[in-house]
Amino acid sequence: MSILVDRSTRVIVQGITGKEGSYHAMACREYGTLVLGGVTPGKGGTVHEGFPVWDSVRDAVEAVHPDVSLIFVPPAFAADAILEAADAGIELIVCITEGIPVQDMMRVRRILDIRNEEGETVRLIGPNCPGIITPDGAKIGIMPGYIHKRGRVGVVSRSGTLTYEAVWQLTQLGLGESTCVGIGGDPIRGLNFRDVLALFEKDPETEAIVMIGEIGGEDEEKAASFARAHMTKPIIGFIAGLTAPPGRRMGHAGAIVSGGKGSARDKMKALESYGVIVVDNPSVIGRTVAETLKSGSYRRVPACHA
Amino acid sequence: MNIHEYQAKELFRSYGVPVPSGVVVDSAEEARTLIESKAGIFGGTAQVFAVKAQIHAGGRGKAGGVKIAKNTSDIPGFVAALLGKTLVTHQTGPEGRLVRKVWIEEGAAISREFYLSLVLDRSSRRISILASTEGGMEIEEVSASHPEKILTLSVDPEIGCKGFVGRRVAAFLGLPVNLYNSFSALLANLYRFFTETDCMMVEINPLILTGEGRLLALDAKVSFDDNALYRQDNVLALRDLFEENELEIEASKHRLNYVKLDGSIACMVNGAGLAMATMDVIALAGGTPANFLDVGGGASKETVEQAFRILLGDPAVKGIFVNIFGGIVRCERIAGGIIAAAKDVKLHVPLVVRLQGTNAKEGREMLRDSGLNLQVAEELFEGAEKIVLAVKGAK
Repeated sequence: MSILVDRSTRVIVQGITGKEGSYHAMACREYGTLVLGGVTPGKGGTVHEGFPVWDSVRDAVEAVHPDVSLIFVPPAFAADAILEAADAGIELIVCITEGIPVQDMMRVRRILDIRNEEGETVRLIGPNCPGIITPDGAKIGIMPGYIHKRGRVGVVSRSGTLTYEAVWQLTQLGLGESTCVGIGGDPIRGLNFRDVLALFEKDPETEAIVMIGEIGGEDEEKAASFARAHMTKPIIGFIAGLTAPPGRRMGHAGAIVSGGKGSARDKMKALESYGVIVVDNPSVIGRTVAETLKSGSYRRVPACHA
Repeated sequence: MNIHEYQAKELFRSYGVPVPSGVVVDSAEEARTLIESKAGIFGGTAQVFAVKAQIHAGGRGKAGGVKIAKNTSDIPGFVAALLGKTLVTHQTGPEGRLVRKVWIEEGAAISREFYLSLVLDRSSRRISILASTEGGMEIEEVSASHPEKILTLSVDPEIGCKGFVGRRVAAFLGLPVNLYNSFSALLANLYRFFTETDCMMVEINPLILTGEGRLLALDAKVSFDDNALYRQDNVLALRDLFEENELEIEASKHRLNYVKLDGSIACMVNGAGLAMATMDVIALAGGTPANFLDVGGGASKETVEQAFRILLGDPAVKGIFVNIFGGIVRCERIAGGIIAAAKDVKLHVPLVVRLQGTNAKEGREMLRDSGLNLQVAEELFEGAEKIVLAVKGAK
């Protein structure tokens, strides 16, 4: 088992004829992902690098019934691309694009919420994220596939390369990963820590979870509070940005301490108070997971059962 | 991106949010000429004027950046005193900000003061309105001492800032009923400004009720979404490069994401999260980070070279830590870039390079064989310890 995606997941790529979309569509296919083709308005009917191209997501859905759309559309058109995928009935949308205006994402997220309230299922991963990978199953994103190894640890993160760092440690130690989800570095996004934790809790293959957060917002705290109440599996947490000054944006649009809120120190304290094992050195994430699993004594008792 | 108060007020005015009339000057002479020729606000009935230093930071009043002139003849003296002055407020840092422009506006008789702001609230994923009866105070202080005096409400983007929203806020502020409509209009206009120009935050502190029963934005603070600047030419035209760090401006020209900090160990990293974590690990190893720098996915020779130049442009830098996790970008290519760039920029401070990921072993070998004066690391913490030690040893 794994979460959200596996070997049978059918994928299309929006923006497949662009430089990024084209390169990564091929890299995902090489990894073994079922990439069935892609969408570029105006290029329908052509074949690009062996991939059939459609004019619209609707055309693609009719032709190949994809489960996932992977989006590489430039920031100015990305919100429209996400809404198009949702409108065509795609249930999992993975948006890699960095630099989408925040108010565009505000409107997109509202529309997705309305669709879900009305009984549809539509999930968004990202934007501004590396994507999602189930090792030896499906790589749907821009992460280097080979650093992953199928295994016991679920990974959820707001970062890209920092996630690779943690994944590499898990792989080197032989623990491996069940699924890794990059939820992205923007202030308004689709799936959040809490949503992904809930999925990992239900996944029998996942024995522990690595959660990598950073300064800004309070999603890590909310997720940890949820975990305290509902989760049995151990969570090992790291928060980047202890040395970041307040009021400055650290690369990611969402990585900013504002109005005295969202500092790394406060997040670490909150996570610890909810029973997350917090490490202050990212070099020891893997080792800490290994020790936690080995000790075997760590089993959370959810507050709702305590 | 931030703008000055006078720019924000001009934008407010064009969106129908009432502001005092005023004029911006960059010399006392200019002020004197305007006063003598009775131009604009100096030709009207106003007797009292506010003279306000224009910098991108709050807390100007307490720092002596705002003067009240009870006579037009006082104005040129106030302007002269403020221009060229370095204002240190709780938001500028100890180095302060140089005043280059002064805004002079008509004084207003204040009957009541309120706080009003709109913020893109990541928690509710909507635009939130914050309103308080405690105008003129720092909202963080009010929030800590009297949270009941703040109303926070989120606007559904599918509905917008309709009349009922404005009336609810007006009622909370205790405005007289005959002002509900003008307040609702002000709020709706502010919301329209917020959405049409891609704001992240708009703050009016204080919003006043004048003696004549008019609403007026006495201050204006606005910040915009950097991601949306590509479609906001009018906003981008208001950018004031003097308010930004020179090295940061230079970095942005080369598409490098750089933030200057106060420490002595510079770092160069691919990826924002890893860059922050690298800063943290430098501190954990006993050093102080000099910057945040994300070189992105590419990390070509040119990128690395530009990055080195920017890092070395900070005289406080005593050592450089390069931390690259090769993914799509292979480490031996990055090693090649580092070697070429290090030779060109003639590094004079210790350099530690940590490579991990795709072809890391080959990359590290190339660096070791390069003959350059550098140390190589495999693990993140190991690299941080090495650079901290090297900088201490070099002293």
